[in-house]
Amino acid sequence: MIVNLMDWFLSVIGGVFIGISSGLLFMANGRIAGISGMVSSLIVPWNADTLEKALFLLGLPLGAMFYVLLGGDLPITLMASPVTLLVAGFLVGIGTRLSNGCTSGHGVCGIARLSPNSIVATGLFILSAILTVALGRLL
Amino acid sequence: MRPNKLMSALGAGLVFGFGLAISGMVNPSTVLGFLDVFGGAWNPRLAGVMGGAVPVAALIFYYARSIKPAKDLPSPPITCIDRKLVVGSILFGIGWGLAGVCPGPTLIAIFFDWHFLPFLAALLVGMMAGTQLRNQI
Repeated sequence: MIVNLMDWFLSVIGGVFIGISSGLLFMANGRIAGISGMVSSLIVPWNADTLEKALFLLGLPLGAMFYVLLGGDLPITLMASPVTLLVAGFLVGIGTRLSNGCTSGHGVCGIARLSPNSIVATGLFILSAILTVALGRLL
Repeated sequence: MRPNKLMSALGAGLVFGFGLAISGMVNPSTVLGFLDVFGGAWNPRLAGVMGGAVPVAALIFYYARSIKPAKDLPSPPITCIDRKLVVGSILFGIGWGLAGVCPGPTLIAIFFDWHFLPFLAALLVGMMAGTQLRNQI
């Protein structure tokens, strides 16, 4: 393992923020913080909830920018080629719509409320992602 | 739409984005470091994020259910483990594993690195296709 303790600690703290945010949206808005679902709902037709979801999504980059303004380090190393990104994006889009959630909706909120669907979904997408990376090593 | 709901949605988004940034999950190579269990340099940070997020969310969900009427909160989870859930999760995992990118981090990274654009564009197309497919099968 090549992770230092400080990085690990920051990840747990980041997770706590994510948990607080998910709890806030649940309690104040009666909504599950599922990012793929909210993104897909921005594709027309819009309805009465669209603005609320759009504001949550707008908060994501603004929150990250605030972190950078405070002096936080935000390294981004993207190794995938544009073609790989196209295939990956398409699969993530179609997959999250079929299974009705991604890492936030199933992985965090769903597991937190012990949803059997989300526990199965999270297990499957982590397993298939691990196998994809492993296969990529062989090719 | 009540304005306070708009403010809380924006506020929750800010906290979520701040958390994602601190957590390191905006960086695809950190995510791939977790998924690459056979690479000899496993990076457990994603597990740390889940370990921080899930218990905190669970506690607040539990608290919310104890103080607010059920109609003001999301309905309890339904159990329907069908073909859509299984196939969709596997497809999502393959896409996630190909690049180490998922929807939340993309919405942040796109403002720092335009190379995420093909992913975002294809994500939207895939979502439209997925919505169509979902209604058919």
